[in-house]
Amino acid sequence: MKTFKSVFDNYDWETIKTKIYSTTSSQVVIALAKTKRNLDDFLALISPAGQPYLEQMAQIAHELTKKRFGKTIQMYAPLYLSNECQNICTYCGFSLDNKIKRKTLTGNEITLEIEVLKKAGFDHVLLVTGEANHTVNIDYFLKAITQIKNDFSTISMEVQPLSIEEYEQLHDAGIYSILVYQETYHRDVYKQYHTKGKKSNFDFRLETPDRVGTAGIHKIGLGVLLGLEDWRTDSFFNALHLDYLQKTYWQTKYSVSFPRLRPAEGVIEPNFIMDDTDLTQLICAYRLWNEDLEISLSTRENQKFRDNIIPIGITSMSAGSKTNPGGYVVDPQSLEQFEISDERSASEIAKVISSRGYESVWKDWDKIYSLKV
Amino acid sequence: MIPFKIGDKTFESRLFLGTGKFGSNQQMEEAILASGSELVTVALKRIDLQTETDAILTHLRHPKINLLPNTSGARNAKEAIFAAQLAREALETNWLKLEIHPDPKYLMPDAIETLKATEALAKLGFIVLPYIHADPVLCKRLEDAGTSAVMPLGSPIGSNKGLKTIDFLEIIIEQSSVPVIIDAGIGAPSDAAKAMELGADAVLVNTAIAVAGNPKLMAEAFREAVIAGRKAFEAKIAQQHNRAVASSPLTAFLYE
Repeated sequence: MKTFKSVFDNYDWETIKTKIYSTTSSQVVIALAKTKRNLDDFLALISPAGQPYLEQMAQIAHELTKKRFGKTIQMYAPLYLSNECQNICTYCGFSLDNKIKRKTLTGNEITLEIEVLKKAGFDHVLLVTGEANHTVNIDYFLKAITQIKNDFSTISMEVQPLSIEEYEQLHDAGIYSILVYQETYHRDVYKQYHTKGKKSNFDFRLETPDRVGTAGIHKIGLGVLLGLEDWRTDSFFNALHLDYLQKTYWQTKYSVSFPRLRPAEGVIEPNFIMDDTDLTQLICAYRLWNEDLEISLSTRENQKFRDNIIPIGITSMSAGSKTNPGGYVVDPQSLEQFEISDERSASEIAKVISSRGYESVWKDWDKIYSLKV
Repeated sequence: MIPFKIGDKTFESRLFLGTGKFGSNQQMEEAILASGSELVTVALKRIDLQTETDAILTHLRHPKINLLPNTSGARNAKEAIFAAQLAREALETNWLKLEIHPDPKYLMPDAIETLKATEALAKLGFIVLPYIHADPVLCKRLEDAGTSAVMPLGSPIGSNKGLKTIDFLEIIIEQSSVPVIIDAGIGAPSDAAKAMELGADAVLVNTAIAVAGNPKLMAEAFREAVIAGRKAFEAKIAQQHNRAVASSPLTAFLYE
């Protein structure tokens, strides 16, 4: 099976990095003037030379997003099912070496948690876990999905990489989208951050979206953990990955997220700082390059940034999130993956969206399209 | 102006509207009312059929407005047929805008699956309005399959590029025995007027109104443009000439 690895192996990190950092402002101007932009243009737009053109980029991003997605923001909420994890990832609260009591939600506890989300109006839930293949595995997932599928039109998942067969089972069970972040595309740096566990296998993770695409899942979400390596170079590789996937699995939708490294229990400080200007530039560059890409923004980001980024290019937002299993009601004090920054409730966020002239969309999928017919 | 019919329903307005992309449901409702439209399409995936008080449907309850559920999200005929049956049951209408676009990037309609689904749905008693490429042969095949209208695209959906497929639209309009509704790509009232001048039976507009600075005012502009274009068509618009008609250099000898 041909996978992204065959494309990725043709690229060298340092060469790309040099290309980004030696971009000239005339290359940026050319990229801005185009109506169809390719990966080279994306590279120019994320370069330091692109930053003086940020307002211009934001204006174009605003128009393109409005044209493709209208004045709408999709709403979703994460539901952490488990913080058990066999991996050591030095930036993550769930890391195995973090000696704190672990929790995996039971069926009854899931019922209590989703009641809170339903009451807040959510119809799209994102299931999140660590990686503990003995307890939190495909059987656990299928059971959880069967339990909640009548309560949500859209169920997404952000869990450990699985096999094609397992993704097919999830697809048949009604899973709409799978999110899997490479964290960093720098092979050596990846090893330093992921020292133990199944996740330490860079290639297995790199080829995961291919397995998801092969299984026919409707949407794939990619991202890098911003702060592990140079965000510009990592974002180029993330875009390269998206470009390959869009051409290969052409019936699939794609989304991208921008998790910036956040404080968490017992973890490292980011090596590379990405400030708000950088993140805005990155969001704009993605939109200018890829008009139909869904762009999601989580509660990792602060209130001021989230409120002001609404018209610039994002298409979905989470709200009122808890990043620990049982966080909504069952066990609010359990170990969380990272600290959230924007603590406002879903209804407060909906009000903000509305005050910016946008409509918050709670339902944009129907199970009927996911049923086996 | 001559009213026109699709199935057994007569329409005064030849402007159909989409309901997506508006900044609020209130804005959508105002724009639809201002447009004078009597048929609005709504994506099944956006509606909550479990509740009596779905936010979108509540704003569409007006005596003159008919709902046209669409199957946006379906990737093949099977999924679309399944969705259509659910829509019929829940919304109590056998009207259906058939959308099968397996490609989420440009939302290009799948001709093969659309033809299959149209045939099956027509047999099940649906009034099918399929969204398709401006393909004249496909339009005739859909007629044979029992379609109630055809909805060829003017340019890629949401692109606001106008009637890029105009040469094919003219052939479709010339040949069609069912109403032709130009769907997708109509970016400005002048595009809608042009479509009507060509003889299209109706146009469907969404993005151009939904994301306008003032959707309600833009809806009025479209309403007037559609009326103007249709009147021009009915008045038998003068043909353009590529060159001036000179005295008769080739046939003058006949009269010498």
